[in-house]
Amino acid sequence: MTVQIAGVASTQFGEHPSSSTRELFTDAALAALADASLSPGDIEELYAGNFIGDLIDDQAHVGAMLADYVGARRAASMRTESACASASSAARCGVHAIEAGNADVALVGGVEMMHASGIQEVTDALANAADNEYENAAGLTFPGIYALMAQVYMDEFGVGHEELAAVAVKNYENGTANPIAQRQEETDVESVLESPPVAAPLHLQDCCPVTDGASAAVLVSEEYAEDRGLETEVSVAGSGQASDSLALQDRPDLARTRAAERAAEDAYERAGVSPEDVDVVELHDCFTIAEILAVESLGFFERGEGARGAVDGETAVDGRIPVNTSGGLLAKGHPVGATGVAQIVEITKQLEGRHPNQVADPRIGLSHTVGGSGASCVVTVLEGGA
Amino acid sequence: MQPWFVDFAERIDDGKPTYLACEECGETALAPRTVCPDCGTRTLEERRLSETATVSATTTIFSSIPEYADETPYTIVVATFDEGVRLTGQLRSDGGEIDRGETVTVGAEERDDGWLVTFAPVD
Repeated sequence: MTVQIAGVASTQFGEHPSSSTRELFTDAALAALADASLSPGDIEELYAGNFIGDLIDDQAHVGAMLADYVGARRAASMRTESACASASSAARCGVHAIEAGNADVALVGGVEMMHASGIQEVTDALANAADNEYENAAGLTFPGIYALMAQVYMDEFGVGHEELAAVAVKNYENGTANPIAQRQEETDVESVLESPPVAAPLHLQDCCPVTDGASAAVLVSEEYAEDRGLETEVSVAGSGQASDSLALQDRPDLARTRAAERAAEDAYERAGVSPEDVDVVELHDCFTIAEILAVESLGFFERGEGARGAVDGETAVDGRIPVNTSGGLLAKGHPVGATGVAQIVEITKQLEGRHPNQVADPRIGLSHTVGGSGASCVVTVLEGGA
Repeated sequence: MQPWFVDFAERIDDGKPTYLACEECGETALAPRTVCPDCGTRTLEERRLSETATVSATTTIFSSIPEYADETPYTIVVATFDEGVRLTGQLRSDGGEIDRGETVTVGAEERDDGWLVTFAPVD
């Protein structure tokens, strides 16, 4: 059963001090339903990613809460959690439900409210994605984990901070064209290098911001789309999810994301495509180094060559393999529990030809979402022209 | 803090750190495992870990979680033991700097809320 994407939406990413987890998700869900020309009562199953809501809001049982407030009280619902890949896991659940013939309409999405708490509290909550005993107890932060990966990578392949900074320069520029992006200003290599240090060698502009945001996508079976006369152009060609050791210290190569390699291999095989077929990519650039590791894991660059993408313009909107035309996590923002579906929203718009940074005639799009330092990874391949 | 980690850290503090080795495939790992992460058998044997290791990666933390926010900047070390396992800890050194490839000794410090693994350079 082919799964089609009938509608997508993201809220504005940034600060929503007067909103809440349930209200912001409802905003995204209703906008996605409107985009699909469907109603809350059409939702049979609802899966939503949310990572730190239990800690920030003192509110668990998030799946039922979101279904309730979206107006789908009777739907099967569940909150999915795989750290920063939570929403991608939600999307996979919806895809599986339709593929199995258990549902015709699934609303998938995610939401995260991160601004109301202070930066230390958010950093503390996000650290729950790492190994609490082996990493957090040592005082290792999330930027710190990626800094360790960056140091090893830079040392091994002779890459400088300037080359990492090129990723931020590209994604900030892309973000300025995206109306929902949190960061709306460009930067340059010098500004990245001179921004305050967070965890050496990473500086503030190497890191994604703290973001409130929600995203949603309405998935439908091909048969349902035909019956209801829905205008669907994009289908889910295949997805893969894989795991790795929870702690970075337990990986044989500290500067390599094996879960991403495995998830990509699985997704490519199910979709019947190879890296050369991909026309546009949204990937998990929570830190500049993460984009470089990702383009290698996904097979777009040889190992050790990923930095070339942003430096030489190969990953620019008009490059060989456009990466993060939305601005990515670095500029669009990273509401952790929503990010995976936020990426699917952006790719869907690209494949439908209505993206603010439109790539020329893309047919195959890909999203890549990482949980923690790489203990979870989800890769989803979307196909246009359905 | 989980009881297994308290036990792990106290053994380091006593100068008797341990690790797990798979009798089936030779993979090495740290507590608290029952199953070999590589071959999936339940043939892990507890062995004594050496007290020195080689620095594999380092970072200096400038912005931290509440527990360590007042102690920045501090340096994190991931060190690899000869037995193959790696461990993460905080650097304890007068100079405050260390490079990959240097040799360190492992230690543990008891804090208000649990145990902290440390590494100090070997002169």
